[in-house]
This record gives sequence, C-alpha cells and structure tokens, in this order.
Amino acid sequence: MDENLAYFFYDLVTYLLNGLTQGSIYALIALGYTMVYGIIKLINFAHGEFYMIGAFIGFFAITSGVPFLVALPLAMLGAGLLAVIVEKIVYRPIRDAGRIPALITALGTSLFFQYFGQQTIGADPKAFPQAIAVKTYQFGEIYISNIQLIIFGSTIILMCFLWWLVGYTKTGKAMRATSFDKNAAELMGINTDKIISFTFFVGAAFAGAAGVLVGLYYNTVEPMMGLIPGLKAFVAAVLGGIGIIPGAVLGGLVLGVAENLVVGFWVSTYRDAIAFGILIVILLFKPAGILGTNRKEKV
Amino acid sequence: MDYFIFLAQLSGIFIILAVSLNLINGICGQFSLGHAGFWAVGAYTGAAFTVFLNLPVPGFVNLLLSCGASFIAASIAGLIIGVPCLRLRGDYLAIATLGFGEIIRIIIMNMESVGGPRGFTGIPKLANIGWVYLWVAITVIFVANLLRGSHGRAIISIREDEIAAESMGIYTFKYKTLAFVIGAGFAGVAGTLYAHTQEFLAPTGFTFMWSVIILLMVILGGLGSITGSIVGAIILTVLPELLRFFGQTVSEWRMVIYSLLLICLMLARPGGIFGKHEFNILKFLRLDKKENA
Repeated sequence: MDENLAYFFYDLVTYLLNGLTQGSIYALIALGYTMVYGIIKLINFAHGEFYMIGAFIGFFAITSGVPFLVALPLAMLGAGLLAVIVEKIVYRPIRDAGRIPALITALGTSLFFQYFGQQTIGADPKAFPQAIAVKTYQFGEIYISNIQLIIFGSTIILMCFLWWLVGYTKTGKAMRATSFDKNAAELMGINTDKIISFTFFVGAAFAGAAGVLVGLYYNTVEPMMGLIPGLKAFVAAVLGGIGIIPGAVLGGLVLGVAENLVVGFWVSTYRDAIAFGILIVILLFKPAGILGTNRKEKV
Repeated sequence: MDYFIFLAQLSGIFIILAVSLNLINGICGQFSLGHAGFWAVGAYTGAAFTVFLNLPVPGFVNLLLSCGASFIAASIAGLIIGVPCLRLRGDYLAIATLGFGEIIRIIIMNMESVGGPRGFTGIPKLANIGWVYLWVAITVIFVANLLRGSHGRAIISIREDEIAAESMGIYTFKYKTLAFVIGAGFAGVAGTLYAHTQEFLAPTGFTFMWSVIILLMVILGGLGSITGSIVGAIILTVLPELLRFFGQTVSEWRMVIYSLLLICLMLARPGGIFGKHEFNILKFLRLDKKENA
C-alpha cells in the first residue's frame, strides 16, 4: 500500500511537471491574446498562426545551422514583424468598423496563413532538428528533461521582461493608457497606432518563442499546428480573465496542469473536453474569469 | 451535372444552418460559436434513428421522422447549453458555446455505438434536393414569420438594447433561450439532411472550424438579414468549388484565394453584403424605375 502511494506521488509530480511545461506554452501564447484584446478588444484568431510561423522560422534557422540561442530571438523577431505587417494591412482599416467584422477578418487571416503554409511548405509534419541534446534528470522516480527546464526558464525570463515592460517603462505606461481609454490617451499625445502595432509585435513575438520551444519539446512542426494551441490559449486567456496579463499566465498554467492530470489519471481522449469543461464551470461561477472583476452595468 | 445537384443540395443544408445561426447571432444578438455542435447532434440523432430503428415505412417518411427526432434532440441540447450559457455576455458567451460545441464532438468521438472516431457508416441516402429545399423553405418561412410576431419583436429588442428591453417588461432570458433553442433545432434538421446526403459521418467533420464557417456565412451576408444568410451560405459553399474550374494552379491555391477574398470582402463591406436589410426584389425593381423616370 505504501509503495502504491509512493508511485502515485511520483506519477502526480511527473504529470504536474508535464502540465506546467504545457501550461507555460499556453501562457506564452495566451499573453499575446490577452494583450491584443486588452488594447483593441479584438479576439485575434490569427494569433495561433504567429506561433506556427515562429516555429517554422526556428525550424528553418536551426536546419540551416543557426544555434538555438540565435534561432529563438530570430523567430520572435520574425513573428513579431509579420504581426505588425498584418496589423497595418488588415486590422487597421477595419478597426473602427466594429468588433464582429474585425473578428471575421482575423479568422480570414488565420485561414490564409494555414493554407498558404500548406501550399508553400507542405501539409506533412516536419521533424524539428534536435538543437539541444536531451538530457533527463532523475530525482527518485521523478524525471525532468533539460528541454522542460529550458521551457520553464525561457517562459519565466520572458514574463519578467513583459512585467518590466508593461509596468516600468514609458511604452508600457502608454500601452496601459491606450487600453484604459484610447481616445483620452490620444489626447494626451500618445501615438496609439504605434502603441497598438507594438502590442501586436510583443504578443506575436511571445507566440513565436512558444512555437520554437514547442518544436524543441515535441520535435514536429506543421502548418496546421497553430489551430488547437491557439484555441487553447484563447481558452486560457478567458479562464484567467481576458485583458488581464497575470490572468493569462494563471489560466495557461491551470489549463496545462488540468489537461495533463486528466491524461495521466483518467482517459486521454477526454483531454480536450476537460479543458472546455473547466472553462465553462469557471465562467458560470465567475463570469469574468478567475482574476476578472465583475463590472456592474450602468444604464 | 450530378455534381451541381450535389452542390445545390449542400448549399441548401448550409442555408438552413446559416439562417438558424442568424436567428441566434444576428437577430437575437447572442454571439454563439457552437453551431457545429448542434449540427453534429442532429446529424448523429437522425442517422441513428434511420439506421438503428429502421422503421418499415417508405424512405421519405423515415427521413421526415428522423428530421423531427433530430429537431427535438438538438433543441434539447440547445436548452441544456443555453440555460447556463445565456447568462454570459459577448465574448464570454462565444467561448462558452465554443467549448460546449467541442465537448459534444468529443463525446460523440467516445461513443462506440455510432462508430467513435472511425465515423458512422451505412446511412441510407434518403435526402434529395427536393426534401432539402422543402426544409429550407420551412426554416426561412418559420424564422421570417417569427420575426413579424410579438415573440420576434421581443427577440430583436434584445439585440438592440438588452437593458432597455428588460425595462420594457420583456423577459429577456426566456426570449434568448427561445431563439437559441429554435436555432439549435433547425441546425439539427440540417444535420439529419447532411447525414442522409453524405451517407457517412465523422466527428472530425464537426470541428470548431465549421461553427466558424457557418458564422462567416451569416456575417458575409449581413448579420440579421435572412436573405443575406441565404446568399452568404451559397457563396461560401460554391466559391471554393468554383475555384476548381480555373486551371491547375488556381485549384491548388483555392483555399488561399478563398481566405484572401474573405478578407477583402470584409474590408470593403464590413457590414456584410446586405447589412441588416432584407433584399427585396420588388423594391429593387421599383427603385430602378424611379431612377429611370
């Protein structure tokens, strides 16, 4: 009995670690969702595609011999710049037309990148090169790989960077002001167009980083890879309270851990159902997400 | 020729889906992203009805009965999902309905009796273009008539301003649920017709992407316009197929072209083709006369 309990404990910790790894990835993607939503109230469905593009930039860079530590920032830069271009060409003209046309445009952009990727790169999954040799550390019966540690490390560094960027810089202040009241921010001399572009850049760069890290973790990349993680990250952002930056991180981690516990201790086929089940239960009891505050509606 | 009839039949099924989603999204203003879920409930209920019960009656009676059964099943699903979800608003409602749609699909995937992930095979081909368009007519007439009555006015008032509607004494929750349940029911009928057209159902055919495509049809035509939904459904069903006829390169790139066209159309006409208005052929002609005179 004691031995069983010990094995249960080891399993639990292993699944928790896997969950935290997956959750970190979700959190990185969810941050972009939540930042863009916070600033222009747009559900950017194309966000998962920036994650895919980041993964592919990483794939091509590492295949052509660029070291991982250069490939990661390269992917972030590439995904970010692409997001800025997309924002300029597609989202800016439609920003004032209301939210639903903007949502549909985002969906169209998402479809465009998926099919364009399938046509140019090919629909078949590609093997992501093993840029860093996998080492597994063992503590008792608990295993943790260096890739997982890299994912934790990069996520924490990026989040600290974001926390500093939003909280302690002039640009961050302008971002907060724009999301609080765009018109008033404009009157205060903030170039809101630039701030919105910058927000897209940062969000997509984070998604791009997540893409490279996932490539390293699962060893495959494909043009449709952005769809499901994009959706899950959106769920994570709503779970934590959409528009709230710490909420996205919390939502991502909760989702990742919950999914892996379901896979570990129940049936793996219900994994996606559980993600949405948790979401619905939380929304029913806290309609604005875990960290969100309910706003009273005034007439 | 068979191909064009098939395409027309498919367009009809999507017209039912688009008009029923328009009742929820465009007319009642409740942003739902789970329509593929109700479609799936209807499709599997209808298919199970004809395959497992196998009543000794002519094929079309069987089809009509299974349409009825799927309407009821999808309405019940709509009620179960609508009652808790409709307290949420805006994006939160969208994501909750999306979640339920995916949950329905995953549950179906885990049901071995209807084939699970392998799909449901051996469904008789009972639907033809006549039965599909009969149901199109029923759906359109039902929704159009609903809008003319007091129930419909109440539903529209919720879209315009929920708080004002409530203070006018409209029980908004009841009417939101009503719109949701009716919309889900007709999506179920579309599912049955789809099952008896394709003769095969797979849970991967009812993903969240399909909810999005149905929503695209509604928005492309104009949120709240029934004629708009019809035109939107036809365009989005026929367009990807039509692009096959423009040579090898276009055919290969058709989904890319399709998404680009979608973006351009949204940039050019953000309110959809018809906006909130109904297209009326009489009015259209009369306007022409006035300009001539």
